[in-house]
Amino acid sequence: MHKEPKAPIIHKKTWGDYCLLGFQAERLAAEAQPGQFIMARPSDSLHPLLRRPISIHSVLDDSIEIYFQQTGIGTTLLGQKEKGDFLDIIGPLGKGFHLESSLQGKSVAIIGGGRGIAPLYFLAHRMRNLGAFPRIYYGGRTINDIPLRQKFEEEDFEILLSTDDGSFGFKGLVTALFQKSLQEFSPFRIFTCGPEAMMAKIAQIAHDKDISSEFSLEAIMGCGFGACWGCVRKLRKENEEEWSKICEEGPVFQGDQIIWEKEEL
Amino acid sequence: MTDLSVDLGFLRLKNPVLTASGTFGYGVEFTPFVDLNKLGGFVVKGLYFHPRLGNPPPRLVETASGLINAIGLQGIGVKRFSEEILPRLKNYETALIVNVCGEDDEEYAAVVEYLDKQDGIAAYELNISCPNTKRDGRCPALSPETTYAVVDLVKKTSVRPIITKLSPNVTDIVEIALAAQEGGSDGIALANTYLAMAVDVEKRSPKLANVFGGLSGPAIKPLTLRMVFQVAQKVQIPIIGIGGIVSGNDALEYMIAGASAIEVGTANFVDPETTTKIIQDLEIHCRKAGIQSIEQIIGTLKV
Ligand SMILES: Cc1cc2nc3c(=O)[nH]c(=O)nc-3n(C[C@H](O)[C@H](O)[C@H](O)COP(=O)(O)OP(=O)(O)OC[C@H]3O[C@@H](n4cnc5c(N)ncnc54)[C@H](O)[C@@H]3O)c2cc1C
Ligand SMILES: Cc1cc2nc3c(=O)[nH]c(=O)nc-3n(C[C@H](O)[C@H](O)[C@H](O)COP(=O)(O)O)c2cc1C
Ligand code: FES
Repeated sequence: MHKEPKAPIIHKKTWGDYCLLGFQAERLAAEAQPGQFIMARPSDSLHPLLRRPISIHSVLDDSIEIYFQQTGIGTTLLGQKEKGDFLDIIGPLGKGFHLESSLQGKSVAIIGGGRGIAPLYFLAHRMRNLGAFPRIYYGGRTINDIPLRQKFEEEDFEILLSTDDGSFGFKGLVTALFQKSLQEFSPFRIFTCGPEAMMAKIAQIAHDKDISSEFSLEAIMGCGFGACWGCVRKLRKENEEEWSKICEEGPVFQGDQIIWEKEEL
Repeated sequence: MTDLSVDLGFLRLKNPVLTASGTFGYGVEFTPFVDLNKLGGFVVKGLYFHPRLGNPPPRLVETASGLINAIGLQGIGVKRFSEEILPRLKNYETALIVNVCGEDDEEYAAVVEYLDKQDGIAAYELNISCPNTKRDGRCPALSPETTYAVVDLVKKTSVRPIITKLSPNVTDIVEIALAAQEGGSDGIALANTYLAMAVDVEKRSPKLANVFGGLSGPAIKPLTLRMVFQVAQKVQIPIIGIGGIVSGNDALEYMIAGASAIEVGTANFVDPETTTKIIQDLEIHCRKAGIQSIEQIIGTLKV
């Protein structure tokens, strides 16, 4: 983990409010693992103050890509940066997905909802390198929310698409698409990132079918590296009572560790 | 060469830049960014006697140039701190200050008594802004009487210097500072966060699970600066200024107003290298202004 105050932006692409930024960061690229994230400073001024957590979307030689949706002031400012500008980042942070050699030769499901696809592209590549067979499920509200579909297709990934409104692919939630596909597909493990409700549903399916699963969680973060205790969540652990830091112990967790919000009620 | 060291009377610091409790973890989290040996000192996260759970999330909300936190002083307690963290901090050549918390006066004293037996601690910072279970959740910092009582109790047994960290959520900060001095405090840390809240308009609910939290960051700097100036006029013990410091210039404002040293808080999250940069800024400022010792600027505000 280190700070890279002036990572030069080398390319940029946008689709509506989704933005992909590539920047040079040699040490970061060398260390990064799928599921890890960076803390990016939206601007040099004191408002907005805090850095924003953003997943590592891909690593190419000495550069990194991030993919994000402009949903508020910080991500909007990040999306206004152009090629030639600089990014002030800290990373790689947190613990990513487990990539063990036992996945070799196994089919795995990689499920992303909306901007949740961000860390999964990197994961899909590493899975392939490992000799696993990733099948990607990628869903969004409309056709405009799944702009990365072509990238996966061009790189010959097996990919199933869904939109809530039916404007592209399967009509309905990506969770329904996944559930339906289980009639003909039995993944060895499931990797998911997306809205909380979607992840909770996938966790339920994984539990019912007894498939091991990993999820990348979000939390509001003050620091991103374990110093503020702002990002906590209760996990199912030996010491059940303790709040765990998402930034340090996660953001990726095993399905059976996570207590989903509706369970808490 | 400019001499950046400052003498607090009870403690000599190699420079006036410290880190604020709760924003610097237990110190070890910052070693990838900061050479701890370069700091004047650092204040670790608040410690109660026993481990503490803290508040449910969401615990943080960002506001205009500020941050509201309701961490609820989650922490590992004195025993684990002494066994797991202290050994890792002992070899740094900088002042390690422990932020001491308590649910009642006796807990403050118990924490200090336990830590008195450990090596490697330079001073205690009494965080008297902790909700007090025996006083309907009111913290000792809210009145001169309760401030005096807890400082007096802890000071009686402590083998180390005591810095009392005050809350800014009071009508007359000067009378509280005087009470801390009266109780025997060796220094004053001014100040903690401002009680605050934020509302989610869509949900019509508070943005923090705890409803209220403490506001920190650049937004509060002018408020706390005013208090440091007022307190510096009246107390004899040294003051450590804390609130919204992000630059050398901010640090200098506090020192000119009367602070002998400063602590950097929220800025550590924004740029974990802030403390190092402030030390450099102070050095440059002094050199340019022909100041030989930074102590020469303390309390030099011309009104
Ligand atoms: C580990 C991790 C990885 C992430 N990866 C990505 C990614 O690759 N692509 C992407 O588009 N988004 C990602 N997010 C979500 C992203 O951090 C938020 O969308 C972003 O912080 C919103 O900031 P804002 O200023 O635009 O929004 P605002 O609503 O103005 O933000 C206000 C405050 O709340 C925080 N906040 C708001 N929403 C979230 C959220 N969902 N999660 C965490 N903090 C939030 C902000 O950081 C800020 O402090 C990730 C979040 C986490 C925790
Ligand atoms: C996340 C967070 C946690 C904090 N925890 C403590 C604490 O444990 N004890 C304490 O005395 N002050 C605590 N504070 C207050 C800071 O030490 C400091 O007094 C305050 O943030 C003002 O300084 P700043 O504006 O530079 O952040 C905390 C502040 C923040 C933001
Ligand atoms: S974000 Fe600060 S501890 Fe996790």
